[in-house]
Amino acid sequence: MRARPEPVHLIKQRRDRALAVLVEGVPYIRFMGISFDRRGDELTAVLNYSDKLIGNPLLPALHGGATAAFLEVAAVMELGFHLLWDDVESGRLDADSLTPETLPRMPKTIDFTVDYLRTGLPRDAYARARVNRLGRRYASVHVEAWQDNRERLFAQGTGHFLMPAPVSARDG
Amino acid sequence: MVNAADKARIARQFIEAIPFSRALKMNLDEIGDGVAVISMPYDAALVGDPVSGVIHGGAVSALMDTCGGAAVMSHPHAPAGTATIDLRIDYMRAATPGQRITARAECYHITRSVAFVRAQAWDDDADNPVAAASGAFTVEQPPEAKP
Repeated sequence: MRARPEPVHLIKQRRDRALAVLVEGVPYIRFMGISFDRRGDELTAVLNYSDKLIGNPLLPALHGGATAAFLEVAAVMELGFHLLWDDVESGRLDADSLTPETLPRMPKTIDFTVDYLRTGLPRDAYARARVNRLGRRYASVHVEAWQDNRERLFAQGTGHFLMPAPVSARDG
Repeated sequence: MVNAADKARIARQFIEAIPFSRALKMNLDEIGDGVAVISMPYDAALVGDPVSGVIHGGAVSALMDTCGGAAVMSHPHAPAGTATIDLRIDYMRAATPGQRITARAECYHITRSVAFVRAQAWDDDADNPVAAASGAFTVEQPPEAKP
């Protein structure tokens, strides 16, 4: 007889918990006012507008540094959540007992390049990242950001990351 | 005629009036002839890794971007404005928690429409850069210079 599927609320609870721990541990994400929407394993980073993100008060426009930081946060979180997802879904890590202090180490940014395609408008922005290459030591992540219209990107970025040692290697 | 001291004062006021630079408590330390030095204090709100207390790369990016833009604005060709076209940052090592981060950017070439910038950032260990950056910025011509 087949095992009964796990109740959906428990699945959601576990995945939301894993994401929340990952986000809560990073003060800079709170400083920037970035939050995350999750649909399955797909993350959308949301840069919630605030006046402090402005770089050109005359236009007004988002600061290029705020845009760069938003893209980098979205890229690191995509990669970090991807790694945590495998550990949590396979049961190697227990989502309920995770805290920011006991989380596996996050990938480290080696380099990050931002293309500024349009002026960032003074309203919310969204970003989705894609892990294009995931090796044992290095990863390459591309990220796209938009505001009103998904087809009209206002910035895109590519980053390379140094991967942390896997959970099993750390325990052994 | 605007002299160098006035120009530096105007640039300082300009940079310190940028909301995002103020939020990161950036300070303009030096400016002139296409070179800018801007520093930023360590702040627990900017931490990217709670275990080590190291500042998030995104905060260093913001410092590099601001410093690059300031370097372009201070170039003797005096653009009326600038915006980042692209910026690449290499993170060479983690900045030491608790220490101020200082960036120095140089606009090493400028055309009628594009300014090329390179930059480095340090903490207290001035022989060991934390990060390096290179980027291209737009050059907005003053109204009278437009054909």
